[in-house]
Amino acid sequence: MKPLPADYFAVFGIGPQLALDLPELQRQFYVLSKQHHPDRFARASADEQRYALDFTSLLNDAWRVFRDPVARADYLLKLKGFDTTDSRANPVPAELLEEVFELNMALEEAREGDSSAKKQVAAALENFTALRQTLDIERDRLFAAYDGAPAESHLDALRSLLNRRRYIDNLVRDAQQALS
Amino acid sequence: MSVFQIDFGDTPDTPPRVVGIDLGTTNSLVAYLDLTAPHVIPGTNGSPIVPSVVHFPPSGEPVVGAEAQEALLIDPVNTVYSAKRLMGRGAADVAGELALLPFAMAQGSESVIRLAVGGRELTPPEISAYVLRQLKQNAEAFLGETITQAVITVPAYFNDAQRQATKDAGRIAGLQVLRLVNEPTAAALAYGLDKRRNGTIAVYDFGGGTFDISILKLEEGLFEVLATNGDTHLGGDDIDNLLLRIALEDAAAECGRDLSADHEAVQRLRRAVITAKHELSTLPAATIALDYQGLQYRRSFPRDVFEKLITPVIDRTLAPCRACMADAGVTPEQIDEVVLVGGSTRIPLVRQAVRALFKSEPHSELNPDEVVALGAAVQAGILSGEVEDQLLLDVTPLSLGLETMGGVVTKLIHRNSTIPASATEQFTTAVDGQRNVLIHVLQGEREMVRDCRSLARFDLKDIDPVMAGMARIEVRFLIDANGILNVSAKDLRTGKEQSIEIKPSYGLTDEQVEAMILESFDKAEADFNERQVREARVEADRILAAVDKAKQSDAWFDLPAEEQASVDRAINELHLSYHGDDHVLIQSKMESLDLASRGLAENMMNSAVRNVLKGTKIE
Repeated sequence: MKPLPADYFAVFGIGPQLALDLPELQRQFYVLSKQHHPDRFARASADEQRYALDFTSLLNDAWRVFRDPVARADYLLKLKGFDTTDSRANPVPAELLEEVFELNMALEEAREGDSSAKKQVAAALENFTALRQTLDIERDRLFAAYDGAPAESHLDALRSLLNRRRYIDNLVRDAQQALS
Repeated sequence: MSVFQIDFGDTPDTPPRVVGIDLGTTNSLVAYLDLTAPHVIPGTNGSPIVPSVVHFPPSGEPVVGAEAQEALLIDPVNTVYSAKRLMGRGAADVAGELALLPFAMAQGSESVIRLAVGGRELTPPEISAYVLRQLKQNAEAFLGETITQAVITVPAYFNDAQRQATKDAGRIAGLQVLRLVNEPTAAALAYGLDKRRNGTIAVYDFGGGTFDISILKLEEGLFEVLATNGDTHLGGDDIDNLLLRIALEDAAAECGRDLSADHEAVQRLRRAVITAKHELSTLPAATIALDYQGLQYRRSFPRDVFEKLITPVIDRTLAPCRACMADAGVTPEQIDEVVLVGGSTRIPLVRQAVRALFKSEPHSELNPDEVVALGAAVQAGILSGEVEDQLLLDVTPLSLGLETMGGVVTKLIHRNSTIPASATEQFTTAVDGQRNVLIHVLQGEREMVRDCRSLARFDLKDIDPVMAGMARIEVRFLIDANGILNVSAKDLRTGKEQSIEIKPSYGLTDEQVEAMILESFDKAEADFNERQVREARVEADRILAAVDKAKQSDAWFDLPAEEQASVDRAINELHLSYHGDDHVLIQSKMESLDLASRGLAENMMNSAVRNVLKGTKIE
């Protein structure tokens, strides 16, 4: 049996990289689907059927991960030997300590029915959403930097950025829930 | 074998034909694809619709379809309908609805329901296999060839156990199920043949027992499902049951007789209710009428009363539609077309609800009863290679997860992931020398194990006894293109395949299905002989027709008299063997005719060559 691609990047015939041209990748996804989908091999040998199934599941998994920049970055970090598991265990980023404390207070009060706290939560939500946007710009800058010169230091920076972002993601979700 | 085969016959080595089957809650159909389009196949009574009803008479062979539907009135306890609602489910799941069904459940139905009918105990896949066998026979009689491969459709929202049960039914019926296709996706395929090539479409599939909504993107022959949602226990049946309950109460109040324990009366009333429901799709009012053992019951239903009654049922379809749009990331305005599937979409109020939700006029050009079977035939064509410019990319309707500490479910593959999809997970041991690791796999969207559907327990066995935490077993979970889970495991320390024992939570084990296939083989022996005779006759028909045609030509008159006589004798003998039940004899008489008519065939060939030469001279 033909060997399967070693990783998601190899499925698309590219090397490990972070800034991807998604419309082009989608076209590739369709082309590869048409070539390798198990439906095309319903009457082929058992080996060919197996390969079609394994390749197409890899292709689908890869496209799903690549479509989402955060999942994509996590995948590359893992591929390069970084530990990306359980972000919830990460400590609160030091620079956010005060703001997080205030948000938690406001959330608590909002839960207890204090309607004035809702205003505070809304303000915090706006704050954190803006912060997330800043992080995403920084993320894209790191993507480009790594693709230009694949240095470990970029990945270190990326990992800590993603951890912070995940933390903010959870805060945004909590705030949205409290407001809805 | 014959010269005539070269002249008139089809090529003997064409790959077997794949048919498309819609195995519905209420009705089932089989369809095939020819060069131009998919077509449904009529049964012996001329209708392509085979009611999914099986009657098991106390003695004699089970009866399927319209005839069984009649038996529902006279022998309801031995007649099974809506078996699809029981597929892949356990006793606890269906306790509520079995109350309204006339047949009884046997003991020990916790993980697989067994129905006690006709003095036997049968599982839903075995009952569905009878329906499939009937469809198979209809197709064989119509197409004049043996059918062994099929595409079968399932509700998009069917879980793993329900899909596996459908596949088992196919195997028991002697069909290799090349693919399970989701019903709404199949409908989109049927529409896609002559519709616009690009765009976003929503398929609203409201059938007899299930509801599905799927949103697809069509691009250059690629049908990509973006999201799917639904309810596998919501359909026209629910409307019937609602009306039935009212009619029963009503009849009790009016006539002073409680009919609910009288199976025959209930079935008659049920039929009256269904007739009234159908009439209300076109008429402003209908009457539920029952004449039974001197009892006369009449109840007029104006459409507005009917609509008020069924509004809660229809409303139950709307939340899945909204969730599906959210998951697909589209707004109603972004949906270019809405397609209606399933008999329940004939109800005007349903169409109105769909129109209001999607803000566009839904399509219903294709018969909503046939469109799924037609689409299954197209998918069959894709698999057999006859259709090359289309491809389906479907999704898994439910998330797949593992039980972790504290009864929490960790998601491995999220719902609406394009299938085939996979995920790998590493496992280790907690105790020194531990030999087994048990993995509990679940399906569903909730966080806790108790709120999800248990799918199976996988026992990783014979692990190398090492210190706790040292073992490294990598398990790969793969959802195939049928939406069915496959699991494999590897010991990363040794690189060896790790053995796994699978205990499905609902449904049959592989061994049980094998036993059922064997059992059906005993009965199939008779069927098999019959089929061989039928096939031999089809072949004989072809050869007799060919020889008959040849006898009209000059070639026949150029033949010496004694050769003519021996051909006629061989024809006669073939005719005589034709009506017997010995396929070997028919076969040998065909060979004799073939031999006797060799001179005739040569003459035919020569005159054909002469004609061709004549043709070239004229030009």
